[in-house]
Amino acid sequence: MSHRYDAMFARAEAQGETALGGFLMLGDPNPEHCERLIDALVEGGVDMLELGIPFSDPVADGPEIQAAAKRALDAGFRPADAFHLIARIRERHPDIPIGLLTYANLLAARGVVRFCEDLAAAGADSLLVADLPTLEASDYAGVCKQAGLAPVMIAAPNSSDAQLDRIAEMGAGYTYCVARAGVTGQRERLALDHDPLFAALRERNAAPPVLGFGISTPDHVRQAASSGAAGVISGSALVAAARSENGVEAVRELAQQLKKGARANAPREGVAEANLV
Amino acid sequence: MKMDGRFGEYGGAYVPEILVPALEQLEEAYLAALDDPGFLADLDILLKTYAGRPTPITRCRNIGSRDVRLYLKREDLLHGGAHKTNQVLAQALLASRMGKKRLIAETGAGQHGVATAMAGALMQMEVCIYMGAADVERQKLNVFRMELMGARVVPVENGGRTLKDAVGEALRDWSASFEDSHYLLGTAAGPHPFPSMVRDFQSVIGREARAQLHSFEGRLPDQVIACVGGGSNAIGIFHAFRNDENVALIGCEAAGKGLDSHAHGATLARGRRGILHGAETFLLQDEDGQVRESWSISAGLDYPAVGPEHVHLMESGRASYVGVTDEEALSAFQTLARKEGIICAFESAHALAHALKMVEEAQAAGEERVILVNLSGRGDKDMAQAQQLLGESE
Repeated sequence: MSHRYDAMFARAEAQGETALGGFLMLGDPNPEHCERLIDALVEGGVDMLELGIPFSDPVADGPEIQAAAKRALDAGFRPADAFHLIARIRERHPDIPIGLLTYANLLAARGVVRFCEDLAAAGADSLLVADLPTLEASDYAGVCKQAGLAPVMIAAPNSSDAQLDRIAEMGAGYTYCVARAGVTGQRERLALDHDPLFAALRERNAAPPVLGFGISTPDHVRQAASSGAAGVISGSALVAAARSENGVEAVRELAQQLKKGARANAPREGVAEANLV
Repeated sequence: MKMDGRFGEYGGAYVPEILVPALEQLEEAYLAALDDPGFLADLDILLKTYAGRPTPITRCRNIGSRDVRLYLKREDLLHGGAHKTNQVLAQALLASRMGKKRLIAETGAGQHGVATAMAGALMQMEVCIYMGAADVERQKLNVFRMELMGARVVPVENGGRTLKDAVGEALRDWSASFEDSHYLLGTAAGPHPFPSMVRDFQSVIGREARAQLHSFEGRLPDQVIACVGGGSNAIGIFHAFRNDENVALIGCEAAGKGLDSHAHGATLARGRRGILHGAETFLLQDEDGQVRESWSISAGLDYPAVGPEHVHLMESGRASYVGVTDEEALSAFQTLARKEGIICAFESAHALAHALKMVEEAQAAGEERVILVNLSGRGDKDMAQAQQLLGESE
């Protein structure tokens, strides 16, 4: 279930890197172009893919990702197309962890069991449902694991002990750690008050913490890495790059830049662990 | 959470994990307030001296007959022009007790936004209203009212630029601001504890009406009829009658241009189980689970979901729900104006339209019948639209 994540985190740790996750919206702006964008993301060096399945009412997303979902839906992209696209990506990239992000109603409509089984069959490794908090997720987490998918849970600096207990118990693959508050989107300043959260997750043996929400520059990645996150995920910045004129190139370049940030903590000869924010 | 927040299988709290602590804090404050004589006394004073409670019930003089008697619960006479004021005052008091400095709200036509702006001015709290950009254009007067009372109105450009998108944007704001802001949700929908809390704060409508009607008639009504968008005025009047087995509870949804068109807001009649804006409920949606845009002549009924307790009342058989078209509502709106001298809101006209059918049915059958309608709001806000629609049809 989590073997691709386990292998990836082990490799990143051995190399002294922070794992880099890149997010794009499936079907944006159409399946063919989206596939090229995802290839560029992998070529640019991301260690894990986070892909959105578009939903009509994405309440946890900021303007950039909302607009991406709308473009995909307006072009007629459906969950069945997403499963198909994931299978093609898996065929070409057999080892990269593929995680999906979506909303609860798409699972409810297809049936939770069938949704999870179809995703697993397409070759996905994990699923994060943005509006399914752990309070409502006990059945879902079981179904997800049964299907061979890791249910990814969200943790925040304001999560209570009871929430953290549930996150550690139900979650697998990785733990998606968000900034203090808000929705997805780019931020000027990264709120990094995550040390106590990471410590609380470690104490509970939760899946490795990956920091998301607001990671848009190599500097953010470097800061997140030095905060002790096992990985980072950049979303809105990549989605914005993807819709620029030469999207494929822009995505590849941004992924490369972000990867430099992820490597900044790797020990290099003659360089002490200096200049880390 | 202390309560499970479910009505049968419906309800719950489907929000991003980050909002769960905010909902837990709200649930705790709401439960404590219900048991706090100080809070209840403060609310009672506001309802009596600011909002104008109790509102009367009016027996129609020219609709019905000696045997078939139609009563109207006059929420249209409340300050603010609709039942919205009841629960907005209660939530604003609660927010202030919780130490929040700012109120966030969504609004469709602007009624809930106006009520929230009113409460914000009264409590001297900052108010931010999210309103679909299409609604901002259509409802300029209400935007002006909100701004006059000091609220900031933010046009929402996402999606269909209407109520559904405004709710989404308000939830996004709250995800980032819950430490100092309260989300003053406008109806008995959304995540727990909103459906229970809004019902409890609106149930004053049914408590008053039940006692008032009993004192006129010496008995309870045969039928209680209310319109259902999110469902707060309906649950507010139904709740007091829930254990009165001989009282039929009837909700009227917007059938828009017809239940067999896609242009309606009849979530219970034509929707399916799903999850939106924090609750497991019925939704208008396609087979994949993408939420459809709804339609109604009345902005307050133009919403593709419904409060979860109504789904439970429907499935348990305690309440029934019918569709009323734009045309039927508009006709009832005119009938009430001409026969009783009351101009009601388009929303309330849906409940009235069904009541008029029931009056005819009882008269045709030669039955005695007592019918109570929740006249949830007045029609001032609908004047421009009514003038345009009635001008067209002539």
